[in-house]
Amino acid sequence: MPGFVARRLLYLIPVLIAVSLLTFLIASLLPGDLAYVILGDQATPEKVAALRHDMGLDQPIWWRYLSWLGHVLQGDFGRSFRTGQTVLQAVMERLPVSLELMVLAELGALLIGVPLAIACAVRSGGAFDRFMTGSAFSMLSVPAFLSGILLIYLFAVELRWLPATGYVPFEEDPLGNLRCFVLPALTLALGEWPVLMRVLRSDMIATLQEDYIAMARAKGLKPSRILLVHALKPSSLTLVTVTGINIGRLIGGTVIVESIFALPGIGRLLLGAIYTRDLIILQGVVLVVACGYVLMNFIVDMLYVVLDPRLRHGHA
Amino acid sequence: MATLELVIEQEAAVGSNRRRRRLGPLFWAAVAWVAFVFVVAAMADFLPLPSSTDMDMLERRAPFSTLHWLGTDSLGRDELARLVFGARISLTVGLCAPIIGITIGGALGMLAGYFRGRFETLVVGSMDVLLAFPPLILALAVTAYLGQSLLNLTCILGVLGIPAFMRVARASTLTLARREFVIAAQALGATHARILLRELLPNVLLPLLAFFLLGVAVTIVVEGSLSFLGLGVPPPESSWGSMIGEGRESLEIAPRLAFLPAIAMFLTVLSFNLVGDTLRALTDPRQGAL
Repeated sequence: MPGFVARRLLYLIPVLIAVSLLTFLIASLLPGDLAYVILGDQATPEKVAALRHDMGLDQPIWWRYLSWLGHVLQGDFGRSFRTGQTVLQAVMERLPVSLELMVLAELGALLIGVPLAIACAVRSGGAFDRFMTGSAFSMLSVPAFLSGILLIYLFAVELRWLPATGYVPFEEDPLGNLRCFVLPALTLALGEWPVLMRVLRSDMIATLQEDYIAMARAKGLKPSRILLVHALKPSSLTLVTVTGINIGRLIGGTVIVESIFALPGIGRLLLGAIYTRDLIILQGVVLVVACGYVLMNFIVDMLYVVLDPRLRHGHA
Repeated sequence: MATLELVIEQEAAVGSNRRRRRLGPLFWAAVAWVAFVFVVAAMADFLPLPSSTDMDMLERRAPFSTLHWLGTDSLGRDELARLVFGARISLTVGLCAPIIGITIGGALGMLAGYFRGRFETLVVGSMDVLLAFPPLILALAVTAYLGQSLLNLTCILGVLGIPAFMRVARASTLTLARREFVIAAQALGATHARILLRELLPNVLLPLLAFFLLGVAVTIVVEGSLSFLGLGVPPPESSWGSMIGEGRESLEIAPRLAFLPAIAMFLTVLSFNLVGDTLRALTDPRQGAL
């Protein structure tokens, strides 16, 4: 087990270095000179040259990468030239909103997906199972921005139960805060539950055919106890992996949902940086998101090892 | 001999039976819808449609009529024409980007799976780096620098698809390269190029093509997401995603402006998913379907 973790950790280092390099190269090699963006189109060549010198843009690219990486490792991601805020401040301010959204969405997806998966697995091949498998398949074809608009139309425009947009900080009004997260989280959950349900359902069907389940039945245990205690944990291995794999999709969905529902999270920060061409914020946010994503995948890998003892001995 | 032939015939009969049972009416409905959208998008210039970019400020958000079959949008442009020309953008990006992915990713995957060694480590490693970015974030960032155009959009989404195709091609090549017919070809002295192109490619192509259709569905969704955020194909050209984004503004007055392109996109994505998933099940190597 420690050997496995150490090997995965060692693998993490080259991936993170490559991620930082790619982020840097996207920002440096692609057209669009930072100095022109800051000074505007009417800038004189002398002014541009002076600014380029001040920012170190006239130095060789490998040197710029190393000095940038050195600053990043000390926690200095740069500073927005539009608002003057540091990237780290901006990210820290908005991260809680995105994290809350993602956690609530994942919880919602589990709340919808797990009971449905169990109900389908109990009578696999039945009418309910076939109906739900079909619905899950069609839900996979509904992008987040479609379900988001549909939910706004239903609950905000027609029924007027929930606010369509707006955000209340948790410290001010916890209940209002949750209220404005209902529709965004539900939008993301609607795209997530079919994936979770499909995986758990097929694993559960396989588990229910094991001998020890027959044994538990023969002992006369209650069906609900067999399902929830004996069958659910061994069936949830793939579920954990898939949850991890889906984090990438969830992050992408967060950008869209935050834009639809006007939530001040990381996604809106990224979009705002793109719209105003605030390239330093953009570079910083992409780096933070990608590193966070790599680390989350690492944690999920580890969680998988904890759940499945067979992997600890390096058969993965 | 006679018994052997009989067995083969029976097997063939069982195989085609299973095949026929799986391709239900739903599969053919999906194929028909894809074909329909395809033909309409390809023939858009020859159809008797009003212009998709001409604005008519007196006819804003007009209801269905004989002049505008599906009404007009918030700038008085014909909704049906915009839907048809939007289909063109969505399908162009949706088909061309996975073609980039299947060509480069398929080639890399086959070479990595056949030659193994350092080359495989390098390919798999660099794909891991590309996969380390959430796809939509990478697409957004690169679009922001490169600028919005149909070509840029297609290239970005194409490159993003390479890792997935590489994995599918490499996985199939790894199992196939150990099969008897490859070993036989090697024993006969066939060159690497011949083995790759004549022996392996025809077998790897099937799972790749099934995956290609799923890739089209994903690409249409990502293109829609980018256009929805206003970072897809630049206006006034319409795409389903940008139409949904514009329709969101008038959700209270004319919800159909968002829902018509939404339905079109949903049906198309669903159809590609259905066809791709059916073909994937048929070509799954785990069922010994080769």
